[in-house]
Amino acid sequence: MSQPLPPRKLPGNLNTNRRLDRWLRINRDGTVSVFPGKVEIGQGILTALAQIVAEELDVALERIRLSPTDTRYSPDEGMTSGSQSITDGGAALRYAAAEARDLLLQRAAAKLGVSIEQLTVADAVIEARTGGRVSYWDLATDDLLAREATGEIRPKPASAHRIIGTSAPRRDIPPKVTGVPIYVHDLDLPDMLHARVARPPSYEARLISLDETEIRALPGVVAVVRDGSFVGVIAEREEQAIRALTRLKRIARWSEPAALPDTTDPRFLLKESTEDETISEKQDDGARARQGRIVEAEYSKPYIAHASIGPSCAVARLDGDRYTVWTHSQGVYPLRRDLAQVLGVDAERVAAIHMDGAGCYGHNGADDAALDAALLARAVPGRPVRVQWMREDEFTWEPFGPAMVVRLRGALDADGQVVDWHEDIWSNSHSTRPSGLGGINLMASWHLAQPFKPAPPRNPPLPGGGSHRNAIPLYEFPNQRVTNRLIKRMPVRVSALRALGATANIFAIESFMDELAAAAGVDPVEFRLRHLKDPRARAVIETVAARAGWRKGEKGDGSRGRGMGFARYKNGAIYVAVIVEVEMGRDIAVRRAWAAIDAGLVINPDGIINQTEGGIIQAVSWALKEGVRYDRSRILTTNWDEYPILGFEEAPQVEVTIVNRPEQPPLGAGEGTQGPTAAAIANAIYNAMGVRLRDMPFTRDRLLAALA
Amino acid sequence: MTTPILIHVNGQRQEVRADADTALLYVLRNDLKLKGARFGCGLGQCGACTVLVDGRPVQSCDFPLSAAVGKTITTIEGLAANGKLHPLQQAFVDEQAAQCGYCITGIIMSAKALLDANPRPTDADIRAALKGHLCRCGTHQRIIRAIRRAAGEAAS
Repeated sequence: MSQPLPPRKLPGNLNTNRRLDRWLRINRDGTVSVFPGKVEIGQGILTALAQIVAEELDVALERIRLSPTDTRYSPDEGMTSGSQSITDGGAALRYAAAEARDLLLQRAAAKLGVSIEQLTVADAVIEARTGGRVSYWDLATDDLLAREATGEIRPKPASAHRIIGTSAPRRDIPPKVTGVPIYVHDLDLPDMLHARVARPPSYEARLISLDETEIRALPGVVAVVRDGSFVGVIAEREEQAIRALTRLKRIARWSEPAALPDTTDPRFLLKESTEDETISEKQDDGARARQGRIVEAEYSKPYIAHASIGPSCAVARLDGDRYTVWTHSQGVYPLRRDLAQVLGVDAERVAAIHMDGAGCYGHNGADDAALDAALLARAVPGRPVRVQWMREDEFTWEPFGPAMVVRLRGALDADGQVVDWHEDIWSNSHSTRPSGLGGINLMASWHLAQPFKPAPPRNPPLPGGGSHRNAIPLYEFPNQRVTNRLIKRMPVRVSALRALGATANIFAIESFMDELAAAAGVDPVEFRLRHLKDPRARAVIETVAARAGWRKGEKGDGSRGRGMGFARYKNGAIYVAVIVEVEMGRDIAVRRAWAAIDAGLVINPDGIINQTEGGIIQAVSWALKEGVRYDRSRILTTNWDEYPILGFEEAPQVEVTIVNRPEQPPLGAGEGTQGPTAAAIANAIYNAMGVRLRDMPFTRDRLLAALA
Repeated sequence: MTTPILIHVNGQRQEVRADADTALLYVLRNDLKLKGARFGCGLGQCGACTVLVDGRPVQSCDFPLSAAVGKTITTIEGLAANGKLHPLQQAFVDEQAAQCGYCITGIIMSAKALLDANPRPTDADIRAALKGHLCRCGTHQRIIRAIRRAAGEAAS
C-alpha cells in the first residue's frame, strides 16, 4: 500500500510552477527572457527581479527582458501582495536562474571536454581554464529549460554578489517621465470604444427604472447595456460616454435602503457579533503576582481609502467565445477564475493580461473594472471596450481598508516591567479579493439580474495574518492574552489595504508601549529595549535613535515633539523603527522622519529606500488626515476635496538607514512602515503636548477636544 | 462635431473633430494619441492631466477645447528634444523620483512652468508650485529634489 512520494518542496513559487521554462528562456540573440508572475505596481519589483536573474545567471543586467504577466504563458503566482514578491517570486527566479546556469555549464563542459570546476562565466561567456570558450547564446536550445526544476543548485553566497545589492536604476522610470503609453489606461486599440458604468448610488441600491431609449439617442452612443442593476454605456468617443453617463445618472431611478452604520466612529464594531479566537496566550503566575499599576486604553482606525490617483481602468474584447482582458489587477490568474465564472465560459477562454496601473496599495477597483469591461464587451463583439472609472466611482466603490478598534490593558511591576498584557481586536476581514473560490468577488456580478454571491470573507492565518496581522507583540511579556474578534458582517465594502490589520494593531501596541513607558517613568526607547530580546529588532531601534539623535528622556516644548514606533512586519518580514518630529501649528504637521530598516539581503538599496520613504509619507497622510465618511445610505467622500490627502506643502523630509544583513534571506519590505509611523506620530504629539490621541486620524478637532 | 477645430500642440498644427466643449484631455489622449497627460479626477483637483497652455499649467480635464484655440499647447511629449530627455525628465530619472508614476508627467509640466518663470526656486517655491498636484505613493521629497536638481543644472 505504498503511496507515491509527494513531490519535493521547491523554493518560493517554483514549488507551484515547477518547470524552468515557465520562468526563463535563454535566447540566441544574447538576451534572456524572464516571465514573472508578480507585477509592477510602482514598487520597483521588476527591476529587482531582473537583478536577481542577472546575478544568478552571470549575465549583464541589460540582457534581461521581462515579459508582462499574462495568463497565456506566465507562471501563476497568485496575488502581488503582502510584501511577498521578493520572498516567493524572487526565490523562484533565483533558484531557476542558478539551475539554468548550471545546465549551461554542463553543456559547456561536455563541449569543451573539461569538468565544470574548470569553467568560469562572465556575462554569459564560459571559459575553460585550459583554454576554449563558448557563450550561453551558442549553447541555448529550446529544450535546455524544458524540465522540472530540482531546486538543488544553490544560489550564490552574498560575498559573490555584484548585481544584487546595487541600486540599479528602475526600468520603469524613463517611460514614466516621458509620457509614453505604459498604463492600461493608455491602451489604444484599433476600433476601440469607450464606456462608463452608471454605478448604483449606494451599496444596496437597485435600479427601478431607466429610459434607455433617451440614452441610446445621445450623440456617439453605440450601446446601453443593462443587466439587473448593472448599467453601462458604450460610445465612440470618451467624452460622449461621460456625457451619456451624466444624463443616465440623472434619469435613472433607484431604490436605496439605509444600510450603513449610523456612525463613522469605529466603535460601532464593538456591538457587532464576533467570531473570537485567542491567538496568543502566555502565563506566568509568579510574574503576575508582582503586578502593580494597571494601564488601559482603546485605539481606533477609521475606514481608509486606497485613493489611487488613477481611477481603475480595463480594456476587454470578445472574439467568438474568447475574451481578452487588459487589466492592472494584482492577480491575473485569480481574476481570470472569477471572470470566467461570471461570463459563463471556461477559464481557458479568458486571457487576462497585466499592464501597469496607478499605484493601488492593495485591493482597489482594478479587478472590478476588468469585469465591467468584459460585461460591456459582450454587447459589441470584436470591438475593444475601454472602461475607466470616474473619480467618484473609485472613492465610493473601492473596498476600503477596514475600520478597527484595539483595546489594551497592561500591568507593570515595581521595576517598570510589563508583567501582563491583554489585547482585543475588533475588525472585519481584510481579504475579499477575487480568488475563484466559494463565490465571486467582483462587484458588478452582485448587481446582475442573476446576481452572484461574494465569497465568504477570509482571514489569512497567522503568522502573516489578516485582521490580526502584527497583533501579537514582538516584546517579551510573561503573561499575555491576545484575542482576535472577527466581525463577519460587512456593511461597508472592505478588503486589503497596504499592511492590512498591521496598521491599527501596531499603532495601538506602539502607542500603548509609550503609555506604559510614561507610567513607568522610563524613556520610551529604553522601555522598548528592556522588553526586546531579538537582536535585529534592537538594532533597528538603536540605529534610528542614533540617527535621529534621540536624547534619553527628551521632552517636547509644547509646539514640537518626537516619538517612536517599531514593528517587525507580519512578525516575520522587515524590521522597521521610525522616529518622527511633529510641529503643532494650526494643524498637526510631521516635519521630519527617520527610519532604520532591516530587510535581510537587500536586492536594490535605493528601491527599498524609495518604498520606505513612500510608505512613511503615505502613513503620515493616513494618520493626520484620512477617514471615509458616510451617512446611513451613501459614502460621502467622493472626491479629493472631501477626502484630502497629504500635499506637497505638508510632506515631511524622510531619512532612511538600512541595517544591511546580506547573509540573511531577503525579507518583504513594502508595507512595514505604516503602523510604526502612525504610532510614532501619536507618540510625538504626546511628547510635544502631553496629550494622547488614540483615534486616527489625528485632526485639529480631535486635538482640541483632547486638550479641553 | 463636424467642424474641425485647429489647435497647436508641441509645435504642430492639429485639426481636431470634436465638440468645442470637449475637455482638452480627451482630445490630446484619444485624437492626438498623446497619452502622457492622464485622467485622475476630471475635477481639476489632482493635477495628473496638467499640460501647458501658453506656458502656464492648466488641468486639461477641466479645460475646454474651445479655450485652447489660438494658444500654444505643450505636453510632456513635447519636452524631449532630439531624442534627449529634457533636464527635468533627466533629473527625475537621476533622483529615481517615481513609484507608480501616474502623477509624474503632470508634475513635470508644472515644474517646467515654475523653472521657466523662476529658474532658482526655493524649496518653498517648489512646494507651492506643486500645490495643485497629488502623489499617493509618497514620492514627494524625491520629486522636490529632482526639481531642485534640474534648477541647479539649468543655472550652472
